[in-house]
Amino acid sequence: MVWSAAVLVVAIFVWIVGDLLAGGLSRLSWSFLTEASLDAGRAGGIGPMIVSTALILAVCLAVSVPIGLATAVMLSEFVRRAGWLSRTVRWSLDILAGVPSIVFGLFGNVFFCQVLGLGFSIWSGGLTLACMVLPIFIRSAEVGFRSVPDAQRNAAAALAMSRFTTLWRVLLPGAMPGVIVGLVLGVGRAGAETAALIFTSGYVDRMPESLSDSGRSLSVHIFDLSMNVPGGDGNAYASALVLAFLLLVINLAAALVGARFLKGSVVNV
Amino acid sequence: MSHRVKDGLLLAVLRLSAVASGSLVVLVAVFLVIEAWPALSPDGAIGIGGFVSDPSWHPIEQKFNLVPMVAASLLAMGGAMLLAVPLGVASALFCSWFAPKWLATPYRRVLELLAGIPSVVYGFWGLVVLVPLIGRFQPPGASLLAGVLILAVMVLPTVALLSEAAIQNVPRNVVRGASALGLDRWSTVWRVVLPAARGGIATACLLAACRAIGETMAVLMVCGNVVQLPGGVFDPVRALTANIALEMGYAFGDHRSALFVTGLILLAVVVVLVLAAEWVGGGRVRNTAARGVANGGGRA
Repeated sequence: MVWSAAVLVVAIFVWIVGDLLAGGLSRLSWSFLTEASLDAGRAGGIGPMIVSTALILAVCLAVSVPIGLATAVMLSEFVRRAGWLSRTVRWSLDILAGVPSIVFGLFGNVFFCQVLGLGFSIWSGGLTLACMVLPIFIRSAEVGFRSVPDAQRNAAAALAMSRFTTLWRVLLPGAMPGVIVGLVLGVGRAGAETAALIFTSGYVDRMPESLSDSGRSLSVHIFDLSMNVPGGDGNAYASALVLAFLLLVINLAAALVGARFLKGSVVNV
Repeated sequence: MSHRVKDGLLLAVLRLSAVASGSLVVLVAVFLVIEAWPALSPDGAIGIGGFVSDPSWHPIEQKFNLVPMVAASLLAMGGAMLLAVPLGVASALFCSWFAPKWLATPYRRVLELLAGIPSVVYGFWGLVVLVPLIGRFQPPGASLLAGVLILAVMVLPTVALLSEAAIQNVPRNVVRGASALGLDRWSTVWRVVLPAARGGIATACLLAACRAIGETMAVLMVCGNVVQLPGGVFDPVRALTANIALEMGYAFGDHRSALFVTGLILLAVVVVLVLAAEWVGGGRVRNTAARGVANGGGRA
């Protein structure tokens, strides 16, 4: 019975991946990846969408990584684990991690597009995604910092290193694997996101000229082609294949770094 | 800069960041409430009662009944959990108890890859494969059933991977106790391991439910989006999340406020689910483990 469940799950996986490959592989080419889309996406390529996706991710990471790192350091190094600050922040991050993406979309639409006056733009989309990614990144980075053995902290203190130097030269290098896993997981979540982007970074499928331009991400492109453009299925298949492939690579990278990380921490402890 | 000034600055930046990340969820809630207030306030056009008692959902005619969409969201989530929990727990057991080692690792990798497929791609696959397939037997195909099936596949990895972690965390002694009593593999799993991992598995299920109720794209693409109380699994339905995605683009005034009310409802559901997950998972796992071995041993 347990075996049949496993066989079923693998069969579903093969079915989905096989179907994507069958429908999309024949359309993939270098020009599909670089050219602009024509005829509402039925023809042409996905060049602008790839650029927009990359820009949105860049904004997202540029904001979430520094804030996330600082929060993770604060939580793991400078407050007591059971203290009220640590408990409150962790509690609110757990809830934030569970908030549905469409709700982030609503929030981003009000806060970034309207209140901050950024409009439908790559800025708005990236900042909205930064809010989504933050809890995932913090959790993983915090595990990284906690895995640095106390002996190293004591050694740094014995050398009369300042807190800043300790952080920069001792803790950060030690925590790097955890930070990288968090980064990769965050990119994975942000890259897959659609619902939060429709009403923040918008639909425009031109090549974005600046960060204040609206830009259509790959995921929104797939949604638009399959739901709103009759006859868009072919290119939607190919785009879905590209996006799924990118994310599978990202996930494998996280798994590999994570596996090495676990091994390393076992040796250290 | 002297050490002291630098360290003081560092600490200030760190503290500020932590407070900022911690208050983000409050910021989200505050803005949702501000935007939803015109619809919620007692002297507004709708009021809380309107969302339940209006005859239908026709925002242009100022009718804002949310009941069919709440029902659709809950049914889709419930159905998905009904399928995903047994399959997920079975997958977790497969990985940690039944599969030979050379098979367990690739299988875990498959689960991780399934977790990594983005929801639009699931939705797209559902739209081009699942919906026509269901439509062949019961037109139109885009239906509650399609949504349930897609959601089940989407949350399955969450249930499986988190349950497996819980099962791995069952103390060695408990398992050794079981084998010392001469239990075979099935009895060990049923009577000892699963009861001991109960707390962790419940947490896994609650987090998966959280993902299922908040999922937008897949549900939007395969459920047909007709606002109605479904008479059966083959009827098309519209979920709360899908409704926001469909109407946010052109909504204004009360209609827009009403959409923010649905956002607030989703937020509230998630807060309850996450808190429940923490309550179930936190600190009680060890107690259940101890009780598990007592029970398992006693019955055997």
